[in-house]
Amino acid sequence: MVSLSSYLILSAILFSVGVVGFLLRRNIIVIFMSIELMLNAANLAFVAFSRFLDSMDGQIFVFFVMAVAAAEAVVGLAIIMAMYRVKETVNADEMNLMKW
Amino acid sequence: MNLVIPEINWSAIGPELTLSITAMVLLLLSVVASPTARRAIPYLSLLGIAFALLLCISLWGKSAYAFNRMVVLDNYALFFKIIFLITTALTVLMSIRYLKEQGYEHGEYYVLILFAAVGMMFMASAADLIIVFLGLETFSLAIYVLAGFFRAQPKSIESSLKYFLLGAFSTGFLLYGIALIYGATGTTNLKGIYEFVSKAPALTDPLLLIGMGLLIVGFGFKVASVPFHMWTPDVYEGAPTSITAFMSVGPKAAGFAAFLRVFLYALSPLQTDWIWILWVLAVLTMTLGNVVAIAQKNIKRMLAYSSIAHAGYILVAMVAADELGTASVLYYMLAYAFMNLGAFGVIILFGRKGEENVNISDYSGMAAKYPLLAAVMAIFMFSLAGIPPTAGFVGKFYIFSAAVKAGYIGLAIIGVLNSALSVYFYLRITVMMYMRSPEKEFAKLEPSPAMVIALIIAVFGTLQIGITPSHYLNLAKQSILALM
Repeated sequence: MVSLSSYLILSAILFSVGVVGFLLRRNIIVIFMSIELMLNAANLAFVAFSRFLDSMDGQIFVFFVMAVAAAEAVVGLAIIMAMYRVKETVNADEMNLMKW
Repeated sequence: MNLVIPEINWSAIGPELTLSITAMVLLLLSVVASPTARRAIPYLSLLGIAFALLLCISLWGKSAYAFNRMVVLDNYALFFKIIFLITTALTVLMSIRYLKEQGYEHGEYYVLILFAAVGMMFMASAADLIIVFLGLETFSLAIYVLAGFFRAQPKSIESSLKYFLLGAFSTGFLLYGIALIYGATGTTNLKGIYEFVSKAPALTDPLLLIGMGLLIVGFGFKVASVPFHMWTPDVYEGAPTSITAFMSVGPKAAGFAAFLRVFLYALSPLQTDWIWILWVLAVLTMTLGNVVAIAQKNIKRMLAYSSIAHAGYILVAMVAADELGTASVLYYMLAYAFMNLGAFGVIILFGRKGEENVNISDYSGMAAKYPLLAAVMAIFMFSLAGIPPTAGFVGKFYIFSAAVKAGYIGLAIIGVLNSALSVYFYLRITVMMYMRSPEKEFAKLEPSPAMVIALIIAVFGTLQIGITPSHYLNLAKQSILALM
């Protein structure tokens, strides 16, 4: 049987990939995908804990997270679409109308 | 198999239910009703808010769990719910004319505001981390859309995108933190976490500590505390001004409501581990907010940095963490709702399509032309700066005396110095209004009755809470009993 710590290490790696992707990539769609990866890393941790703690709470939490992530994708892609109509780009570096 | 049907207790979420149903009916109405009937949508949403407010008042003093200990009804939640309902009502009142002027008179706007309010209310009454997460996402998703509501304006859509990307990023941290805390304690229930943590006080489980740190990141983002504040100025500047007003109060109050419940209740046995983090965050947040606000030329950006600084003051009260400290968070949030919404109300009224008047220099000489509006703005600026007899002064007084009482004298001194610094940029606007000659001709202002009502409520609230503070502080003290 795979141990709990291997699941947690995998989930931490996925989460880090998501964070690094968010910070380094410039395409907004890819940045958004990195965020989804972070959420799924958390889901993996939830399911692994749920299995090893023998409690259902974690798995139920994952269902909520998936539903919320779907809603977030709808809103996020709609915002990206609206932005593309105005600025005709999905490059994060060109989001520079406001700076301090 | 033994199937236990959980207790539901609908009445405990009465205010949320009222707003949800109102929002759904209005959503339907905004699609099927005739254009003339659609004009009633803002007023119908006010009706729903008023009904929810009455329910909150009638529930005051009761305490109960609902939905299998997922949601809790207590005075603490009700106090925050009342703040959210006042915020929502004032935002709706201030938006009616503004949306018409800008040409975005759509019913969805009010529906989304109501759904955001529902999310915030659930966050305040969460008894489980699942509800904290769901409430947070409910209001965040609604506000991402609202920030980009003027969808033909590049600034609005850019602010929406920035808020969405950074908001979703911070949600990832919050969620991972919840996962680790679940792993360490075996439950997501706040009471369960409290019982687990208090049984083993000398606990050094790295999962729990990392999870706690990630939660601070997630909440810190929502309340705009340094170093998680980067989004605030850009989003506040670009979003429709009425939404900036809503955003500067609602999500901040909701963030603090859950922040306090999780840290001062569920994780309170670990206080020695997290209090120094909050100490550092409070100092950074106050100082950066006030120092950078001085350099701003755009009034919405200036208020964005001011809202960061105010989050810092509230963090000071959280560090104090005793009865007065916690009660002063609630008191300050109530005062802040009135004064900040009022200030944004004046900005909305003073700007119009084509002539936004968002630069601080646009306010020069305003008092000669509109003495009453200038006086109203001056009251809000005095209150934000913390000058008696306004609510802002008493709020800061309670916060800093709580910090001194709890032994954080250094923190209180830094706070008072910051507060003195902030007087400069708030009074600069007053000086501009009263002592400079106008740089240009002002167009005629035609305040809508709804806006006048909103400003009267805001002025009345700011002064009333400041002149009879003990009554409101007692209410706040009653409310925090659930956390102690």
